[in-house]
Amino acid sequence: MANINDKLILKLEIAAVKARKQIIEMLYKAKSGHPGGSLSAVDAIIALYNVHMNHNSKRPKDPNRDRFILSKGHAAPALYAALSQQGYFSEKELQRLRSINCMLQGHPACRYTPGVEASTGSLGHGLSFAIGMALSGKLDNQSYTVFVMLGDGETDEGQIWEAAAVASHYKLDNLVAMIDRNFLQIDGNTEEVLRLESVKDRWLSFGWHVIEIDGHNMEEILQALNETKAIENKPSMIILNTIKGKGISFMENNIDFHGVAPNDMEYQIAMDELNLHQKKLEVSK
Amino acid sequence: MKKILKNPRNAYGEKLVELGSKHPDLVVLDADLSKSTKTIMFAKEFPKRFFEMGIAEANMMSVAAGLAASGKIPFASTFAVFATGRVYDQIRMDIAYSHSNVKIFATHGGISVGKDGASHQMIEDIALMRVLPNMVVLSPSDYTQTGKIVECMVEHEGPMYARIGRADAPVIYSEEYIKQLEIGKGMIVEEGDDATIIACGTMVDAAIDAHKMLQKKNISTRVIDMHTIKPIDEQLILKCAKETNAILTIEEHSIIGGMGSAVAETLMEKNRSNQITFIRMGIKDQFCESGNPEDLLEKYKLNKTYIVQNVQNLLKNQ
Repeated sequence: MANINDKLILKLEIAAVKARKQIIEMLYKAKSGHPGGSLSAVDAIIALYNVHMNHNSKRPKDPNRDRFILSKGHAAPALYAALSQQGYFSEKELQRLRSINCMLQGHPACRYTPGVEASTGSLGHGLSFAIGMALSGKLDNQSYTVFVMLGDGETDEGQIWEAAAVASHYKLDNLVAMIDRNFLQIDGNTEEVLRLESVKDRWLSFGWHVIEIDGHNMEEILQALNETKAIENKPSMIILNTIKGKGISFMENNIDFHGVAPNDMEYQIAMDELNLHQKKLEVSK
Repeated sequence: MKKILKNPRNAYGEKLVELGSKHPDLVVLDADLSKSTKTIMFAKEFPKRFFEMGIAEANMMSVAAGLAASGKIPFASTFAVFATGRVYDQIRMDIAYSHSNVKIFATHGGISVGKDGASHQMIEDIALMRVLPNMVVLSPSDYTQTGKIVECMVEHEGPMYARIGRADAPVIYSEEYIKQLEIGKGMIVEEGDDATIIACGTMVDAAIDAHKMLQKKNISTRVIDMHTIKPIDEQLILKCAKETNAILTIEEHSIIGGMGSAVAETLMEKNRSNQITFIRMGIKDQFCESGNPEDLLEKYKLNKTYIVQNVQNLLKNQ
């Protein structure tokens, strides 16, 4: 259970802005990748690895570790930023994202990258994979928790609802899922492409414990994760209300930045904005 | 001599129970077909290690991969048609690409499923699984071999696919004889030097019958049980190309992409000096239909009579 205080929140906010800079840097160098969904998902991922997950980068295969599955695999840069900050590999590796002979594949690949638990990128699989890990934990009476991040558009996939039913049926209270609810998918607003609302009611009706929060507010993220620890006999779903492209003015809520890397000028503006934000946070320290 | 019939599905269920005691990490998943696949035997013996996944095969395959990633040895079972085509992407990403230690064990492969018709007659599974990197593809032929193959699957680290049929099948091997079986090594079931019949799964028994019929016509055929389709036993194929004059392959599968294709690929690329004639027997790029297994195998020309005809033609055309 995390002891939430202003100092911790500020530390996480600074780690998150650093991760955003790493994401932009990575995508700019790679000249391809997905900024929008990486920027909306990154705050919760940073909070998980810094506070809530019991893990050690020196023992990435420790059987008792908490696990994180990035089911929306296109947000790989957010995961890679968090893993490098946690020491799973050198920050230098980030420069080579998507290059030949590189450990950082375009989408997460468990056979390439230390700390990556599952190979994702084809949407809809991660929740099921996480269920397998959670079932194994229950079978062995291990105390670890499996965390999984889904995209909101990703829940169009039928497999998600097969998994939603199974997780509830097996009472997997060692499973915590999150939805990056940024309301945008490639062809437009999620409610216009294929209506998802009420997201909350859907998961409630499948027997999950559901918490809905501001997915960019570190205090709310930590509180929600604390709340899930006390839930028994059912899986938890945290709906993270987020903004696609969060943190960079011209990328926010702009679907054009789903899968397009910043050009020279955009890169410069983005880094300036993030540096300014980081300075403000550090001053308030 | 009258043939003894035994169902390979029972061998699967019984062997899971036997191995379940030896291997505490062995777990089994099924998608509402445990009575047919016989995983129910394991479920009764080890209820905590059996996961009923409901009629949701895609989820089942990814869950199996998650279990494997946590050190378990999962067997995921359903009919061949649902165990491959329906869940191809889940197998590709979570099992093959991830080099996951999942064992996909499918029953009801081929057309001898019978009366349920084309919807349930899987004739593309071997092709689908063979093309996946890292995947080992197996097609055991009788009760005894099925049990041995299940043992090998537990020992072998990495993704594997095995398919058996629905029906009872003549017992070909003794428990003693099958001990020599190795994954990736075809078995010489009958010796001969005029032609080689390479068969897998349900067709091995037909090949042995054809061997006997041809013997009476003074044609000597070698019969190979090619239980492992990937990796294919290239050495044995090339040896047969050298030592016999013709090769015939037969499988209860499409002639596209199956065991016959694997043999053809080997022969075309690696058989440099030996002049042989060659034919693949299988389903000829078409869906089949409802009917008795024997009627179907007759209509689609997959039995001993057609093997005999084809071997004679191969030798005539030299």
